[in-house]
Amino acid sequence: MKTLLTVIFSLFAFTCSASGKTELMHADIDLSDNVSLKRGAEHYVTYCLGCHSAKHIRYLRIAEDFELNEDVVLKDIAPVGASIYDSMLSAMDKHDSKRWFGNVPPDLSLIARSRGSDWLYTYLKSFYRDNTKTHGTNNALFKDVGMPNVLWKLQGEQVPHYSDAENQIISSLSLARPGELSPSEFDTVVTDLVNFLDYVGEPAKLKRQQMGKYVLFFILILGFIGYLLKKEYWKDIH
Amino acid sequence: MNSPRFNNFVNWILARFPLTKVWNEHLAEYYAPKNFNFWYFFGSLALLVLVNQFATGIMLTINYKPDSALAFDSVEYIMRDVDWGWLIRYMHSTGASAFFIVVYLHMFRGLLYGSFKKPRELVWIFGMLIYVCLMAEAFMGYLLPWGQMSYWGAQVIISLFSAIPIVGEDLSLWIRGDYVVADATLNRFFAFHVAAIPLVLVLLVFLHIVALHQVGSNNPDGIEIKENKGPDGIPVDGIPFHPYYTVKDIVGICVFVFFFSVVLFYMPELEGYFLEHANFIPADPLQTPEHIAPLWYFTPFYAILRAVPDKFAGVLAMGGAIFVLFLLPWLDTVKVKSIRYRGGIYKKALFLFVISFFGLGYLGMQAPTPSATIAARFLTVVYFSFFLLMPIYTRWEKFKTVPKRLTSNSSIGDQLPLIKQAVSDITQDTVVTTKSGKTLHLKTPNPSGLRSASVDLAKKMKDSLD
Repeated sequence: MKTLLTVIFSLFAFTCSASGKTELMHADIDLSDNVSLKRGAEHYVTYCLGCHSAKHIRYLRIAEDFELNEDVVLKDIAPVGASIYDSMLSAMDKHDSKRWFGNVPPDLSLIARSRGSDWLYTYLKSFYRDNTKTHGTNNALFKDVGMPNVLWKLQGEQVPHYSDAENQIISSLSLARPGELSPSEFDTVVTDLVNFLDYVGEPAKLKRQQMGKYVLFFILILGFIGYLLKKEYWKDIH
Repeated sequence: MNSPRFNNFVNWILARFPLTKVWNEHLAEYYAPKNFNFWYFFGSLALLVLVNQFATGIMLTINYKPDSALAFDSVEYIMRDVDWGWLIRYMHSTGASAFFIVVYLHMFRGLLYGSFKKPRELVWIFGMLIYVCLMAEAFMGYLLPWGQMSYWGAQVIISLFSAIPIVGEDLSLWIRGDYVVADATLNRFFAFHVAAIPLVLVLLVFLHIVALHQVGSNNPDGIEIKENKGPDGIPVDGIPFHPYYTVKDIVGICVFVFFFSVVLFYMPELEGYFLEHANFIPADPLQTPEHIAPLWYFTPFYAILRAVPDKFAGVLAMGGAIFVLFLLPWLDTVKVKSIRYRGGIYKKALFLFVISFFGLGYLGMQAPTPSATIAARFLTVVYFSFFLLMPIYTRWEKFKTVPKRLTSNSSIGDQLPLIKQAVSDITQDTVVTTKSGKTLHLKTPNPSGLRSASVDLAKKMKDSLD
């Protein structure tokens, strides 16, 4: 018995041994922060919508959920000519994008659900200069990604430092040329963007979490009454 | 309600339909053993989840589109634009996993107390058929959101049929309706998921309950209460199911719904165990995901499949792992039903079986590595040995004497002093004076008490295995 258990546990320890994955940075997002969400939406339209649609969200829903006037959404967020009832669709042609980037840029409606907000945050901050690539940039988290660093103007240019130069294993990135924003300002931009993408991934998330406590409270009360009822019925069963 | 007109109406119904008879036979005069414990909640909970799946499933079909070009988007439409659609969808997706949790615990109860033994073999067989139907239902339902995991999971599982010699290729083609998983597959899976299998499921649940009520419920002592009847012909240790167990099940349901809601409202994906992350990417027949794993409830069997080197043999082993459960009433021929009075050898075997089931479940989720495959092979042997060697190892079992009457269960109220005692054993009172001059009486952990308590616990656990 004992030896058997040892064998089982050692086998598990064996299989659980860590695999070398890049550690993700934490995205400090807050879905109840409407100001951050609005900034995120603006950044999305400015920097992402050129290539990436988010077809499952409409400008009207954004106005409702961020508590904004429809006119404000049309003026500050939506691209020129968009209607409040439109989905966030990109104008880029699929055949063109295939020619330019080798791939059709994916729809980002659910990217926060498939990748997670920490991954997105890390990804957007992990671009570095790589002259061997067509667009001059590469990504430490998503190697050889087709997407160029669209935020380079804000962030500046990062260069990699290798822990193992032969196998191109990157230990850290550092800013070689500063951009328009300071690093902390840039972090805010990325956080806002990720916050917005997390919202777009599941617009009902905040409502769901807010509702939860009332439901749980109700069930606790119901369970307590149920328990008293059970005790009353069962008092003569021994 | 006692107006003559209402009475006339009731009599009119009763003259034409045996409502009172059904009510009495299955609820008010169905005598259940009075000592049901924690493990006996899961039957009624399974029924609750079944109703939940039906109600939410019907509502989902109202807006879902079984078309490979529309399916993924229609699910997102439900999540965003349908009023309360997200709630309905999460109730259905969380319900699917909850169904398996509840059913696994319900089946494990059977293993603990020998509920599959004579005269309840048919109850067990019907239950196993329900389980197989449930697996088919879950597998087909998982294709419907048409995400990457839906698609590739179905691709992998259907391709298993092609491992069958001679007819395999044609069979998998026949199941898919196309050379790969495609629109035709989605449409037929939808038909089976929402109509065919639910019908069979309801019929089987009906048969399961009718068969159970014919022979009566087992209990934690594994004694037949019908062998000890009072002068009125009612089992002395039996109590009517209604109202006693109906009110008790309400408490169980509240506890269950509490945990269910915690998942539903705060972590509906449950870190990818209930809704896989990769399934939020639309199905792409041209891009195989790096790692394809089924949802957690299939992973023990998936691990067995991968543990066997030959594909067809693996399929047979996976099927065998489920089929062997059907044989349980004839593998375990020991007369003593409950684990309370069985020998240490069965307890240890059951313990190893539980470890193998969890271990395989874990390994089935991981990407296969050589060491993981060795572990899975070892655990597969443990899994099958538990069942197939049962006729042999139970011969050496030493039983305890089975009492004639039911033993009573201690209630939470009885256990409170024991819990208090345990807490005071492992803590010590310390008086702390704060800066403002107040004295606080704090309970801090008592190292020697903790040590002796854990030694006692270990001893108790060892004793309970003998």
